[in-house]
Amino acid sequence: MEYEIKPVSKLSLGLKELWEFRELFYFFTWRDIKVKYKQTVLGVLWAILQPFMMMIVFTLFFGQALGVPTDNNIPYPVFVYSGLLLWNIFSSGLSNASGSMVSNAGIIKKIYFPRLIIPMSSILVALFDFLMAFIIYIGILIYYKQPVSFNIIIYLPAGILITVLSTFGLGTGLAALNIKYRDFRYVIPFLIQILLFLTPVIYPVSIIKYKWAQIILSLNPIAGAIDLLRSSVTQAPLDLQLVITSAVSSILLFFAGLFYFRKTEYYFADLA
Amino acid sequence: MKPILEIKNISKKFRIQHEQHPYLSLRDSISGFLSSPWGDKEGDEDFWALKDVSFDVYPGESIGIIGKNGAGKSTLLKILSKITPPTSGKIISRGRIASLLEVGTGFHPELTGRENIFLNGSILGMKRKEIQNKFDEIVDFSGVEKFLDTPLKHYSSGMQLRLAFAVAAFLEPEILLIDEVLAVGDAEFQNKCMGKMNEVAKSGRTIIFVSHNMSAVETLCSKAVFLNKGNVNNIGTTSQIIDKYRELLDHTSQKNSGTIEWDSQKNKSIIKRIEILCDDKISPITYMGCKLEIRVYFDSPSPINFPVLGLVFKDHTNTPLIGINNRHYANNLTNKAVTKSYISMTIPHLTFFEGIYHIDIYLGDGIKDFETHRECFQIIVEPLKQNTFRDIPDKRINKFFIPNITWKVSE
Repeated sequence: MEYEIKPVSKLSLGLKELWEFRELFYFFTWRDIKVKYKQTVLGVLWAILQPFMMMIVFTLFFGQALGVPTDNNIPYPVFVYSGLLLWNIFSSGLSNASGSMVSNAGIIKKIYFPRLIIPMSSILVALFDFLMAFIIYIGILIYYKQPVSFNIIIYLPAGILITVLSTFGLGTGLAALNIKYRDFRYVIPFLIQILLFLTPVIYPVSIIKYKWAQIILSLNPIAGAIDLLRSSVTQAPLDLQLVITSAVSSILLFFAGLFYFRKTEYYFADLA
Repeated sequence: MKPILEIKNISKKFRIQHEQHPYLSLRDSISGFLSSPWGDKEGDEDFWALKDVSFDVYPGESIGIIGKNGAGKSTLLKILSKITPPTSGKIISRGRIASLLEVGTGFHPELTGRENIFLNGSILGMKRKEIQNKFDEIVDFSGVEKFLDTPLKHYSSGMQLRLAFAVAAFLEPEILLIDEVLAVGDAEFQNKCMGKMNEVAKSGRTIIFVSHNMSAVETLCSKAVFLNKGNVNNIGTTSQIIDKYRELLDHTSQKNSGTIEWDSQKNKSIIKRIEILCDDKISPITYMGCKLEIRVYFDSPSPINFPVLGLVFKDHTNTPLIGINNRHYANNLTNKAVTKSYISMTIPHLTFFEGIYHIDIYLGDGIKDFETHRECFQIIVEPLKQNTFRDIPDKRINKFFIPNITWKVSE
C-alpha cells in the first residue's frame, strides 16, 4: 500500500474512502442516537412524541380553529402528519448536520477520517427518528381508516430521496460554512422556521392562488417530496410540475453542498 | 530497503490575523473584501510553520522529533496524519498510519466505558472485529473493569486517561504517530505507558514520537530529528540530537545575557525589559534551591496606581505549575502611582526541579491587565550540586523540591 500526502489539487467524491470507513457511519450515528436519548425517562419515545404533539397542536389550531382545508377532505391529522414526517427529516437533519462539524471540532482537529461522515451520520439520526415516527403514521392511517394507493411503494421512497438529497446538500454546505463563519449558527434556526411557512406542511398546495407564490413553493424541494407522499394518501392527482422541479432542485442542492464541502474540508482542522 | 515514509520538502503556511478573533465572522470577510478585494488583508501575515522539511523513515525505526515550542513539531504530525494538508511538498507513505495526537479522541461523557472503547477504537481506525477481539485485553490494561457500564462522566480523570491509553495501546498500524501523550497521568501510569510504548517499538513497528521530555525520547527512540523554527536543524542519533538541542537552548541570546529586551516600537508594549537574576547575578541559568529574582521594567504613558505583576511558571509540557501576583502577598503592593519603574519578584529558594520552565507575564493595575505575554521567556534550572544534598528526591514522585527541610530524631 503506497499513497501520497500532498497539497490539495483534485476534487473527487472519495467514495472509495467513505466505503473504507463505513464502520464510522455506524458508530457516529449510534453515538448520536444514544447520546440524544441518554438520561431521558421516555428515551426513544421522544422521537414519536414530538411529531405526534405537533400533529395535535396543528390540528387544533389550523385544522379546527382556522379551518384550513385539506385535499379531498381527508382528516386534518392524517394530512398534517404526512407533511410532518418528511418535514422533520429535513428540519432535524438540517439542524443536526449544519452544526455537526463545529460540535465535532475536537475530533476533527486530532484525527483524520473522511469528514463527510459527520454530517451524513447526523442525517442518518434524523432518518432513525423518521422510522420511529413512521410507526405512528401507520397507526394514524388505521385509526382514521384512510385508504392508501399502491403507488406509495414508489412515491414514499421517492419523497424520502428528494428530502434526503436536499437535506444533505443544504446540511453539508451549511456545516462547511458554519465552521468558517459562525454566523450561520444563528441563521440556521431562523432559516428552518421560515422554511416551515414556505413548505406545504400545514396547508395544501392547492389553496395557493398566486402564481408567484406557487413558483417560490415549487423551488422548495420539500414541497414536491410532501406532495408525493400525500397524493398516495389523499388520492389527489400528483402535481407533476412541482415534483419535477423539486427533484431537480434537490439534485442541484446535493451537488452544490457536496462540492462546497469537499472543496473546503481540507482546511477544517485549521479553522475549527 | 525502501523507506516507509518519505517526507519531501514539506512546507506549511498559516495566515495569522493580528486582530485576534477566535474565528472568522462573515462580517470580517465582507468588510475585508470591500477594503481590499484583491487579497491581502491589512494586518495579516504569513507564517511558515514548516519550511522545506525533508527526511526519510525506514521500517522499524523509532524517530523522536524534538524542538522548542512553535518549532513545527505538531504541525508536522498533523500533516503526516492527514488532518491538515501541506502547502507544498509531498509525503510518500508505504504503510497504514495511525495517529495519537491526544488520548481519548471522541470520548463522550454520556456513554459508558464499554461504549467509549468501541467509539474511540473505531475513530482511531480499528475495525469492530479488531476491537471485539482485543476488548478483554484493553479492559485489563485499563483496570476499570468494574466501571465498564458506568457513564464516563462519573469516572475520575485518571480512570478516563487509563481507559483512553488502553484503547490506544492496542492500535496496530505500521506507522504510529505519537504527540506528547505520555506527559499526562501520575508517575506509575507514565511508567506503564512508557513500558507499553517500548514494547510496541521493539515489536518492529515504526514510531514517530514528538515530545519535550528528553528522557522519554532517549528511551524510546534511536534516531531523532531536531526542528527549529520550521526547519530541520539536524538529524542523527538521539543522543547527538539531544546534545545539539541543549546547545541551542544555551545559545539563545537570552541565555547569554539573562535580559530580554522588548522591541516596544514594534510591540507597542509598555514592558521594556525583563531581567532574570540568579543569586543576584543576571543569568537565566538557575539551579534548584537558588535565589531567583525576576525584574520587569516598564514605561507607561499614564501613571499606574497599583502596579500588579503576575507570573505563571509552566513546565516543559506547558502545564502551569504556579500562577502568582503581588496581590496574593500581603504588604507587597506599591500604593503609589508610578509611570517608569520596575517590579521585581524574588523567590528566596527556587523549588523547581531541573529542567526548562516557560513563563507568562501579566502586567496590570489590579483592575485590568494591560499586557499579557505568554511563554515570553524561559529559565533553565540546573540540577542541584551534589554536596549540599545526599540524594536528589525522586523526580517521579516529587512535584516540587523543598531545600530547607529540617529532620530531627527526638530522644
